[in-house]
Amino acid sequence: MKLKENIAISDSGYLFNPSTGESFIVNPLGMEVLQFVKKGKSFEEISREILTRYNVDPITFEKDYQDFIHQLRQYLLIGSDE
Amino acid sequence: MEKQRYERPILKKLETGMPGKFGIAANLPPSTHIDGISVDSLVETYGSPVFILSEKTIRSVFKKAKKAFTTRYPKVQFAWSYKTNYLNAVCRIYHQEGSWAEVVSGFEYDKAIANGVEGQHIIFNGPDKSAVYLEKAIRNDSIIHIDHLDELYTIIELTEKCAKRPKVAIRVNMDTGIQPMWDRFGFNYENGQAWDALNKIMHFGKLELVGLHTHIGTFIMSPQAYGVAAQKLADLTIGIRQKYNHTIKYIDLGGGFASANTLKGFYYPGSDTNPTFDDYAEAITSALLNTQFTPDNLPLLILETGRALIDEAGYLLGTVIANKRLSTGKRTTIVDIGINLLFTSFWYEHKLTPARHYSQYTEATTVYGPLCMNIDVIRENVNLPLLNKGDHFVVHHVGAYNMTQWMQFITLRPKIVLIDEDGTAHVIRDNETIDNVMNMEHLPPHLK
Ligand SMILES: Cc1ncc(COP(=O)(O)O)c(C=O)c1O
Repeated sequence: MKLKENIAISDSGYLFNPSTGESFIVNPLGMEVLQFVKKGKSFEEISREILTRYNVDPITFEKDYQDFIHQLRQYLLIGSDE
Repeated sequence: MEKQRYERPILKKLETGMPGKFGIAANLPPSTHIDGISVDSLVETYGSPVFILSEKTIRSVFKKAKKAFTTRYPKVQFAWSYKTNYLNAVCRIYHQEGSWAEVVSGFEYDKAIANGVEGQHIIFNGPDKSAVYLEKAIRNDSIIHIDHLDELYTIIELTEKCAKRPKVAIRVNMDTGIQPMWDRFGFNYENGQAWDALNKIMHFGKLELVGLHTHIGTFIMSPQAYGVAAQKLADLTIGIRQKYNHTIKYIDLGGGFASANTLKGFYYPGSDTNPTFDDYAEAITSALLNTQFTPDNLPLLILETGRALIDEAGYLLGTVIANKRLSTGKRTTIVDIGINLLFTSFWYEHKLTPARHYSQYTEATTVYGPLCMNIDVIRENVNLPLLNKGDHFVVHHVGAYNMTQWMQFITLRPKIVLIDEDGTAHVIRDNETIDNVMNMEHLPPHLK
């Protein structure tokens, strides 16, 4: 799973997709997840990282993570090749 | 190291050129406390969901309403509309504030008596008064608001039996320029039914005609409609004096003032745009003062205000059960409050606030109740912070009708807690238990 190359991400959580002209915002946790995804980390790695720092149980995070990835996919921000 | 507070990751598409609905900050301040007690501790102590009533708010709203009228008109009497919320603790607060009782059934009548209301301060409304209760009302000197001729004839029959002169008024329905026109209760003004009933009462001679009553509808957004109603009842009062030299003691304009809730389909929040007590009072009292009444023969003005007095004092606290997405991608939130407890969500966009601080990120969501029914929707579309499973939230302005029209359906009804003026919480109605429900059932022998 890979974030599309041309997506611009600002530090303040603002995303721009030049191929569609659409813009998005992500919240700070969304931003963290996005950065991990960009670096090509697996769900297991991301989950481990988030669970050590945030007050959340693994099941809730997995569900929220899947939902977030699904949203990225729906808006064509990541390739659906995987 | 203490862990940071978790907020689920979200991605939100920005709609360019589309200002937020209403241009109103989506981020409502949280309601962490009610009258000094934290929402979390209320839920912990009394369970979720739980209804909370603020005695402080009940009394302060009542005083505001009373002041709006008494500063404009010398003789004003409120009568608490039992059906709106007939918990004994609630009724007694209104009675302490000086309200009479307005009841529409034998059950409500008995409740008013049990709450210590003097018979003569009970107004008996409604289309279904049994002969047994009419007799009770006559013997107690209560005021009977006659709804139809069949009732009038029953009362006439009972006068002999009771050897009393029943105190009566008629309920009048009328065109006040608003739709729908509630013409199924009482006698119509425009087509002469009201005069017909009044003539029958006056000619019979054994009933004491003390008042005229109307209730033009509920959540009436037009104060002017009340001006019209007051004027029409004043005309009848003056007509009765001219024709029979009889003085009508009071004009009762019923209930129906809007509370601060937002009706579905309205653009702006009700708290900003709905008429205030002052608006209604101005319309009603000017209409009365601008008639031929002289200062010494002004009738008493009775008001049976329900929802506008109590809505604001009621809160319903609940808990998030789950977050989900529909097949369309739409975010939904499932909570433990269903329409069985919050039936006013059919009419209102109830204000929902979280019980703690969240970040400024919000998501548009549909809030569903826990019932297995498609109609169990609390809010169709509301911007909420990123609530997690287990988080608490507050539904506002639920004091009217929910605690009387709630249903025991699928789940059991929760506790109702009153926070007194000193900030002490009291359970004023227990939660239901399975035994309460099962004890009313009986098994035929062949099914035991
Ligand atoms: C006769 C009568 N009086 C008073 C009320 C209270 O009305 P509201 O709660 O709209 O003020 C009602 C409610 O239906 C009513 O029928």
